[in-house]
Amino acid sequence: MNALAEKLVLYWAYPFVRYALVVGLLVALCSSLLGVTLVLKRFSFIGDGLSHVAFGGMAVAAVLGMTDDMPLTLGITTVCAILLLRTGNNTKIKGDAAVAMLSVGALAVGYLLMNLFTPSSNLSGDVCSTLFGSTSILTLTLREVWLCAGLSLVVVVLFVLLYHKVFAVTFDEDFARAVGTKTQRYNFFLAIVIAVVIVLAMNLVGSLLISALVIFPALSAMRLYKTFLSVTVCSAVVSVCCAGFGILLAILAGTPVGSTIVAVDILVFLVFCVLERLLGGGRA
Amino acid sequence: MAQLTCQDLSVGYEGKAVLQDLNFSVRSGDCLCIVGENGAGKSTLMKTILGLQPPIRGKVLTGNGLRPNEIGYLPQQTQVQKDFPASVWEIVLSGCQGRCGRRPFYRRAEKQLAEHTLEKLHISPLARRCYRELSGGQQQRVLLARALCATRSMLLLDEPTAGLDPKATAELYQLIARLNHQDGITVIMISHDLTAALDAASHILHIGQTVFFGTVDAYRTSPEGRLFAARKGGAAQ
Repeated sequence: MNALAEKLVLYWAYPFVRYALVVGLLVALCSSLLGVTLVLKRFSFIGDGLSHVAFGGMAVAAVLGMTDDMPLTLGITTVCAILLLRTGNNTKIKGDAAVAMLSVGALAVGYLLMNLFTPSSNLSGDVCSTLFGSTSILTLTLREVWLCAGLSLVVVVLFVLLYHKVFAVTFDEDFARAVGTKTQRYNFFLAIVIAVVIVLAMNLVGSLLISALVIFPALSAMRLYKTFLSVTVCSAVVSVCCAGFGILLAILAGTPVGSTIVAVDILVFLVFCVLERLLGGGRA
Repeated sequence: MAQLTCQDLSVGYEGKAVLQDLNFSVRSGDCLCIVGENGAGKSTLMKTILGLQPPIRGKVLTGNGLRPNEIGYLPQQTQVQKDFPASVWEIVLSGCQGRCGRRPFYRRAEKQLAEHTLEKLHISPLARRCYRELSGGQQQRVLLARALCATRSMLLLDEPTAGLDPKATAELYQLIARLNHQDGITVIMISHDLTAALDAASHILHIGQTVFFGTVDAYRTSPEGRLFAARKGGAAQ
């Protein structure tokens, strides 16, 4: 135990460990806030689809030789998020088919582009790192950390200010529109925030594992809590704790950060499921 | 003066009209029941009145101090709501969102309105309960309370008793009649239950191949009314 603590103190001296923790916790917080709405609106897969789009965006940025791929990736992902949420409202075009199409399409084209034009000699390493986020969380620059902190702050403040509207639009969009709430505007806001969170989260867990960060905390919270407020708060707490614990575990055990966090999330979900059974229905 | 008027109204989806050239008006304190076969366009008409979808032709006019976003709406339950983690209080309070405008949080006045509405519908003890654990009748009361928070004078109810047992159905109709008679709230409702509709309503709008609009008494003697009643009676035997 002492050896572990010493090891932690030793690692804490390195800035990249501190950066990873800060960014990890912030991303976990933002994604969990969003997760509750997405899961309840039956949009769980949009996060997954968009993360593949973000992978495609990153591939394009890499091919173009951009040193900073964030703006382009963010742009492409935002546009796709808006398009996807818009088709979600139109019952004629099936939302899930559109998501699936965009998701595999972006993945395939992204990999193809990287293969054809990449300047890097270690292609499979690059791809693996983008998909599973194996190392990028540990190579963050101070600028990226500030950018992430800024964007996270914006997401959290917006969420708190729009909390009641988000609840109303999630619970019953028709009713909200009938009483004059501009639901299109909130769906638009939701789309942009999803895109931002996904691009931020790519650094942490890589594009294949982002959905886990979005849906697991929300689903865990819904096992035990039964009001929107308590589910939201619980989901945020669970997500932040899992991310923190996962990152420390990954550093100590030398495992990949992203998959360790997701493993912790899965474990917590299972524990919550068992607790739900034991408590027989849960609390308010 | 009429509170709501539909003028040469045609409603439908994507340019295809389901219902054409409707003309009717609703006065303050009326109780209008919309009856008709499945697929006749009852829900579509209601959504058009609420402004959820644009009319294909014609107009929906509101008057007598009623603004379009001040109509209380009780929609049919969606799949999403059946396992939604929300307390009764959160849902009823969300009926006040139209009063907030751009303000992000609810004020004391809105919370009091929500409390008052819960008392009025005798569901105050349920306030902290989880919506998805309530019985069907209780859930409809909660949604009715939310609709009441959104309006001062008019309720639109889309099959309020769908899926309820006979006792809960009777109770809900009683409640609606009380709101209509005692509080003077105008009610427009879609109903499949013609007997109950004829008891509760002051006016009937029958839509289908032929359209009838008029008072309940006139409807009982009209060809549409007799045909519909006979068919319903036959189905019950």
